[in-house]
Amino acid sequence: MSAIPARLKGNTGVLLGFVVGALALLVLAPAVLSDFRLSLLGRFVCYAIVAVGIGLAWGRGGMLTLGQGVFFGLGAYVMAMHMKLDDAGPGGVPDFMQLYGSGEVPGWWEPFRSPVVTLVSVIAIPALVALVLGTAIFRRRVRGAYFAILSQALAAAFAILLIGQQATIGGTNGLNGFRSFFGFNLFDPVNKRMLFYLAAVTLLVVLLIVWQLYRSRYGELLVAVRDQEERVRFLGYDPATVKTVAYVLAAAMAGVAGALFVPIVGIISPANVGVVPSIAFLIGVAIGGRTTLFGPALGAIAVAWAQTTFSESFPSFWTYFQGALFVFVVAFLPGGLASVGGLLRRRKAIEPAPVVAKEGAPA
Amino acid sequence: MNADYLELSDVRVSFDGFLAVDGVSMTVLQGDLRFLIGPNGAGKTTLVDAITGLAPATGSVRFGRTELLGRKVHRIARLGIGRTFQTASVFEELTVLQNLDIAAGAGRGPLTLLRARSAVPDAVAEALETVGLSARRDEKAGVLAHGQKQWLEIGMLLVQNSRVLLLDEPVAGMSGEEREQTGELLRRVGAERTVVVVEHDMDFMRTFADSVTVLHAGKVLSEGTVAQVQADEGVQEVYLGEAATRKALAAVAEQEGE
Ligand SMILES: Nc1ncnc2c1ncn2[C@@H]1O[C@H](COP(=O)(O)OP(=O)(O)OP(=O)(O)O)[C@@H](O)[C@H]1O
Ligand SMILES: [Mg+2]
Repeated sequence: MSAIPARLKGNTGVLLGFVVGALALLVLAPAVLSDFRLSLLGRFVCYAIVAVGIGLAWGRGGMLTLGQGVFFGLGAYVMAMHMKLDDAGPGGVPDFMQLYGSGEVPGWWEPFRSPVVTLVSVIAIPALVALVLGTAIFRRRVRGAYFAILSQALAAAFAILLIGQQATIGGTNGLNGFRSFFGFNLFDPVNKRMLFYLAAVTLLVVLLIVWQLYRSRYGELLVAVRDQEERVRFLGYDPATVKTVAYVLAAAMAGVAGALFVPIVGIISPANVGVVPSIAFLIGVAIGGRTTLFGPALGAIAVAWAQTTFSESFPSFWTYFQGALFVFVVAFLPGGLASVGGLLRRRKAIEPAPVVAKEGAPA
Repeated sequence: MNADYLELSDVRVSFDGFLAVDGVSMTVLQGDLRFLIGPNGAGKTTLVDAITGLAPATGSVRFGRTELLGRKVHRIARLGIGRTFQTASVFEELTVLQNLDIAAGAGRGPLTLLRARSAVPDAVAEALETVGLSARRDEKAGVLAHGQKQWLEIGMLLVQNSRVLLLDEPVAGMSGEEREQTGELLRRVGAERTVVVVEHDMDFMRTFADSVTVLHAGKVLSEGTVAQVQADEGVQEVYLGEAATRKALAAVAEQEGE
C-alpha cells in the first residue's frame, strides 16, 4: 500500500476534527449554553490548552510532567498582576497590598503595568523557566520516574513559595476581584462571551501548532527520542535539546492557558497551581489518549466537565471515581479512550476472514 | 584524497578497577574489512563503546588526525563514526523511511525540522536500495524480521554519512542466506569506508574478513590475515576448546540431517 493516500486520508480525518471542534466550540456551545455554563466551559478549555502541551511533552516526548501547574501559574500570575495594576489605575496600588503590604507596589511588579510586557511575559517567562529547567534536567539525563517526581516537587515548591508571599502576591488567597481585562469590563456578559471565544480560538490554534509538529520531522525525532533516547545520540543528535524544545513549548502553552484562566475564572491562587491541579491536568490527558492529537484536549474537557457535574451532586464520590478511572485507563488502555476505536478496528480487521471464505466454517 | 583510518593506541577501559579493555592498540584502514573476534567477555563491545564515547576510556583513539576520546557521544557520531548494536535497536514505532530520514538528519536546521518531509531524500532512497528495503519503506520498523532490522541499521549508518562503521555482531541470528547477503553488503559499503565487524561466527569471518584482530581478556592476542591468525598458537589455544566443540556439534547435526 502506498503511503501517500494513507497520509491524505489521515489529514482528512484531522481536518474534519478541526471543523467539528471549531463548530462545537464557536457555534454550538455559545448557542445552547447559558452564560454561566459557557464560562465554565471556558475554564475547561484553559485546562485543555495545558493538556495539549502535556500530550506533546508526555505522549510524544515521554516526559511525564507532573508539574505543569508551575507554568500555568506563571502565566496566570503575570496576567493577574497586570489586571490588578490596571484596576488600580496609573500609579495606583492594588487593594490587597494596601491591606497586607506596605502600601507600595514592589519594583518587580512595575513592568507588568505595560500590556505589551504582560502579553510577552505570559509566554516568555514560562518558556524561559522551562528552558533553564529542561536544559539542566535533561543534560543530566534525569528521566522517567525521577523526572516525574522532580517536576512534581517543583510544583509543590512553587505553591509553597506563593503561599508565603501574602504581602506581594496575595498568599493563600491569591489574586482576585478583577474588574477589567485590557480595558474591557469583566461584569459585562458580552465581554465574558468574548473571553470564551478567545480561549476557544487559542485552543484551536494550539492544536494546529501541535498538529504541524506531529507531522514534522521534529515530531518523528521526538518519538525516536521517547522510545530510544540513547540510540538517537549515536545518530549525532543531542536528545536533551530535542526534549527541551517540547518541554518549553508545553510550558508556553500552559502559560497562555493560565493567562486566559484568570479573566475567565476571576481568581488565581496557590490552590490552582500546586500538586493537585498539576496531577488533575494529567488525568484528562491519560484518559483522552496521550499520543493522539485531539485526545488530551477532549479528555481534559470531559474530566473537568464530569468533575463539575458529579461533584455538584456527589462531592466525595467523584474523587474515587476519578482515581478509579485513572487506574483503569493506565492499566488496561495505556493509549487512552482514543485507542478504543483503533482496538475495535483491529478486531474487525481480523474477524471478516471467515465471512470472505464462505465455505470456511465459522469460528 | 587521503584514505581514512582509525588508530587506537593503548586504549583502556576500567569498570571499578576491572580492566575490560586493557591496552589495545590497532589501526584499521579504509577499504580493509576488519573483523574483531574473541571469546565472550573479551571486551569487544566495550572497545566499540570506548570508541563511540559510551564507555569512558584512557589512551587515544584517532580518526585521521582527530582525537575522539573525551568527546560526547553525539559529537563523535557527527565526526563520522557510526555503530550498530548487538541487539538491533531501530525505532520500532516509526517506519523504515522515518528511521532512515532521522539518521540522515543530524545536520538539519530548525526550519527544516519543523516542516514535514515533502520528498524522500536521495541519500535515503539510495540506502533503501542498497540494503534492499525499498519495498518495505512504509512499514513500521518493529514488524521487520531480525535480519532486516540489522540491514536497516546498516542503512542508517550509510545515510548518516558514517566513514567509520563499527558493527557489533551484525549477522547474529541470521539465516545462512541472510549472512551471505550481509557479507556482500559489507564488502560493497566497506570499499570506501573504514569498517570493523565484531563477530563470533568463524565461517562468516573466514569468508569475508580482509584482516582480523583477536581480542582476549581485554588484550590484543593476535592480528593479521585470516590465515595468519588461524595459525597463531595463542589463538588456537583460546579457540581450540570452542572450535572442537563446534566441530563435534556440526558432525552430530550432519548425521541427524541424513
Ligand atoms: N558496564 C559494565 N560494568 C562492569 N563490567 C562490564 C560492563 N560492561 C562490560 N563489562 C565486563 O567487561 C567484560 C567485557 O565485556 P564485553 O561486553 O565488552 O565483551 P564482548 O567481547 O563484547 O563479549 P560478547 O561476545 O559476549 O558480546 C566482561 O567481563 C563484562 O562482564
Ligand atoms: Mg559484545
